[in-house]
Amino acid sequence: METAFTVLALGMLVAAAAAMSLRNLIHCALCLVGAFGGAAGLFLTLGAEFVAFAQVLVYVGAISILIVFALLLTSTRAVETAQPWVPPRGLGPTVAGLVTGLLLAAVGLSPGLPEKTAATSAVSVQELGRELLTRQAPALLAVGLLLTAALIGAVVVALREPPPTSGKEEPPA
Amino acid sequence: MNPGLEHYLVVSALLFCLGLVGVVLRRNLLVIYMSLELMLNAANLALVAASRFVGNLDGQVMVFFVVTVAAAEVAVGLALIVALYRRRQTAHVEDLTTLRL
Repeated sequence: METAFTVLALGMLVAAAAAMSLRNLIHCALCLVGAFGGAAGLFLTLGAEFVAFAQVLVYVGAISILIVFALLLTSTRAVETAQPWVPPRGLGPTVAGLVTGLLLAAVGLSPGLPEKTAATSAVSVQELGRELLTRQAPALLAVGLLLTAALIGAVVVALREPPPTSGKEEPPA
Repeated sequence: MNPGLEHYLVVSALLFCLGLVGVVLRRNLLVIYMSLELMLNAANLALVAASRFVGNLDGQVMVFFVVTVAAAEVAVGLALIVALYRRRQTAHVEDLTTLRL
């Protein structure tokens, strides 16, 4: 258990560091897939099978493919030749360091984090489904509406606009 | 020794900060976007770990909704980036300063 956690966590962090620091954007996207996969593995070590497989389906499958398509559609050269980092003016690294310190200190200093006991067994998909369809049913419906609206909106935003050559002519009635 | 809640929270915090550094310091919109996804994943990891160790389902239900909203956000965000690239032929943040005072 401990070995699995260590390997997955280290692999995920290394892949995430590569994903945010590499120059070649295709390599970034591939490392991002690795980081998502590592997170899915960590979910499995936590006994959250449904979330792990949703992570694989949504992140590793759909979102990474979408990102690769966006790379195809936007960059003529995938490798950034210019300086890929904003020149450090102090504020950005300071903020990132402060947030890191704050989060780690909050974890380290908080007293009495719950220990795993025999009672905290893995959650079954059945329980999760019952919870989603009873107590959380309104939220589930709202999320469905949100997804529909977002997909229609994405299509509308990304539609190619007609070329503005016919500006003077009246449109045929 | 099995990993405890604090181990998962530390990993989650480190992942969040890697994403934050990417968002703050990179120039390319798509890399900023990927780093944002990393930050969302870090939050998910913390929620699932808390749900497991506290022993109730709410964290996992929350993660389910976070994943759904992230999918919607990715669809709209990438469509915006593609539309922006078509209009401006750039995906770098310092070229997009129309709103600067």
